[in-house]
Amino acid sequence: MTRRELSVTAAIAGLAFVLAVRSAGFFAPDNLVDLFLANLPVLIIALGMTLVILTGQIDISVGSMFAICGVAAGVLAKAGVPLPLVAAATCATGMALGSLNGALVAYARIPSIVATLATMVALRDGLRWITQGAWVQDLPDRFQWLGTSQSIYPVLAGSIAVVLVGLFSWSLRNLPVGRAIYATGSNADAARLAGLPTGFVTFATFALLGALTGLAALLNSVRFNQIPSNAGLGLELKVIAAVVVGGVAITGGRGNVAGTVLGVVLLGMIGPALTFLGVSAYWERAIQGGIILAAVAFEALRARPVSHAAAVAAART
Amino acid sequence: MLLQATAITKAFAGVQALKRVSFDLHPGEVHALVGENGAGKSTLIKIITGAVRPDSGTLLVAGHAIAHMTPSAARAIGIAAIYQQPALFPDLTVAENIALALETPGRWTRVDWPARKRRAASLLERVGAAIDPDRLVETLSMPEQQIVEIAKAIGADAKIVVMDEPTAALTDREVENLYRIVRRLRADGAGIIYISHRLDEVFALADRITVLRDGETVATNEAVRVSRPELIAMMIGRELSAVFPKRPVSLGDVALELRGVSNRAAGIRNISLSVRRGEIVGVAGLVGSGRTQLAETVFGLTPADAGDIVVNGASRRITSPADAIAAGIGYVPEDRRQHGVVLDMSIASNASLASLPRVSHLGLIDRRAERQSAQRYAEQFRIKCASLEADVGTLSGGNQQKVALARWLSTEPSILILDEPTQGVDVGSKAEIHGLMQQLAERGLAIIMISSELPEILGMSDRVAVMHAGSIRAVLGRDLATPPRIMALALAEDAATDNTDPSATDNTDNTDL
Repeated sequence: MTRRELSVTAAIAGLAFVLAVRSAGFFAPDNLVDLFLANLPVLIIALGMTLVILTGQIDISVGSMFAICGVAAGVLAKAGVPLPLVAAATCATGMALGSLNGALVAYARIPSIVATLATMVALRDGLRWITQGAWVQDLPDRFQWLGTSQSIYPVLAGSIAVVLVGLFSWSLRNLPVGRAIYATGSNADAARLAGLPTGFVTFATFALLGALTGLAALLNSVRFNQIPSNAGLGLELKVIAAVVVGGVAITGGRGNVAGTVLGVVLLGMIGPALTFLGVSAYWERAIQGGIILAAVAFEALRARPVSHAAAVAAART
Repeated sequence: MLLQATAITKAFAGVQALKRVSFDLHPGEVHALVGENGAGKSTLIKIITGAVRPDSGTLLVAGHAIAHMTPSAARAIGIAAIYQQPALFPDLTVAENIALALETPGRWTRVDWPARKRRAASLLERVGAAIDPDRLVETLSMPEQQIVEIAKAIGADAKIVVMDEPTAALTDREVENLYRIVRRLRADGAGIIYISHRLDEVFALADRITVLRDGETVATNEAVRVSRPELIAMMIGRELSAVFPKRPVSLGDVALELRGVSNRAAGIRNISLSVRRGEIVGVAGLVGSGRTQLAETVFGLTPADAGDIVVNGASRRITSPADAIAAGIGYVPEDRRQHGVVLDMSIASNASLASLPRVSHLGLIDRRAERQSAQRYAEQFRIKCASLEADVGTLSGGNQQKVALARWLSTEPSILILDEPTQGVDVGSKAEIHGLMQQLAERGLAIIMISSELPEILGMSDRVAVMHAGSIRAVLGRDLATPPRIMALALAEDAATDNTDPSATDNTDNTDL
């Protein structure tokens, strides 16, 4: 475990301890399941965001993509499309939108913060225009809980989360593409010189983030009997915050999936914990902001060794 | 005496850049500073302008000792520097750029735009340039930007003007204009420190010439009392140290052949060169002569737009590093930290980065194979590290370079291009890297070694290609490659090329190989 993971784990444990002493009701199974399902979208999107940030990029359009994918899922379900196809189409929609971001960043060379700011605004307002702000209602019965029962669904969702976390963590460590992601984010020039397809790696991480956003939107929409057309507002901030708190360097090249999972858990616990502890919920965001600031400050203060080579290079120029 | 620097010493992380260097400057003189790349000219300039603090030595300006020179103090006492690459703000106008250097506003002072413009216009007129003060600097050509820099220096009433390779980007006519300005500055009583690789300019302008070599002053002479060959001899005249382990290797087939390779964007023109298995071809030339651009062209970073690259007898189209790696070419780039290694990754991961398929089974990285491979190179190259999992950023320069070498040898290349392989590396590692190069040549690798260090070129190369202005001026065999000849070719000294007449036919033979 890295130092960051240890400190985030300690923070989670501390919070859990206080909750256990002060209001054990927090740990009631129903509450925990609710908490898990509410944070599942953040977790799934954070996995993709981890890859994007590891390559040194960022995507702030995930909230808008999330809304579009949710509405797409609902519309398709209402149109009588079989559920497996609805699921596939929702992920494909996300992947298409993510690919657009990826192409803008990797091939058109637009800085990712600008490219995804543009798609964030354009997608959000495009959806508002198309739906005229109307929510998707009268969903078919089968759509709810993806045709399973309210008690089985959390197990299904939990398995998906576990499998995805395991898969991403393992792939980053063991697949050549994982190496390529770290190398691209850490030193794109050196990665390119080593023959790695840095452009494609960047594109692919955005496309994958899009697909995961689609999956997250699908898993989220089936919990309710209507789908809002303004879903996912501020979602990008929650996701990026969790990734950064989990120790992924915002400049790329450093971090891992385990840290991201811990970041999601810590930030996801804070709001409900405050409610249980009787603190005003208005404090939630302030406390989250403080945690993010602490994480980023830690990153900025991490001193790098002054190298011999840099000094000599300076002498020679 | 305008400026007197005495016994200036400076070391960077153990590398001695200047050893008790002394330098002085009178009012109304042009004092040229010459020497090879890395001789210490830039460091001396940085100390005079306050950008770098010396370890010891004294600096007197107009008779006053300056304890701590800083850039702002230097400006205040009238020292201005003009560099090869003008340091202007591209998004501001000419007038604003000049004003930023000259005005010392109070916090609430209102900007007097008309006065700014008037001053800029009058300064530009004094240097004889017709540049509109309202133009954005980014719309100016390189020589125009340099003129703005000079106008800044004049506006600051600079008594000491440092010019570091000011003509590198200029055409002949613009050079003439610069001469005129320099002479006018001199006539006005300023002292000018003039750094140039172009000996023509040095002799055209300088009153005195100081030669630096390996961080030491070789001599200061009146320009009229020293000849061009003497100057070249002073610049290079050191014993070839016996540490170079180059032994003759029996050469194999031609591994790499460049036929008329050009790359207009990179400024590379009609390069023909061949390298045989077991051969080390040195590429000499000044900084900016196109050596690195040639390497980048062969490696596919900036693909060639004309000519053939023939690898082991087969013409290859190389448009990306991946193509080059597939063709069996490895490239250890010049700027190690920028391009060579990934500082945030472990030694093992760095070593395998270009050869991941070789340490993978069924698409999975085999961490054991990766470690074993890294272990092998770490032992062979004697990489000093706490563990193979340590970040490369924690290693010394020499060990980082060995990791970069390990990465490329892991791809099992038949051709290796090394760009400044021992730059910024301590003496011990340097000898080790040279020893490795010899071993690799004995194993049949074809090696192209770009280097600014003449002893390294002479000590390690079987043949030496000398580049100037984007093309190869000559390829010299080991017996013909002498320091004066290489230096003369690199400096494009026509007089000296005449000396190489006997080898001139030889050159063409070699280049056509």
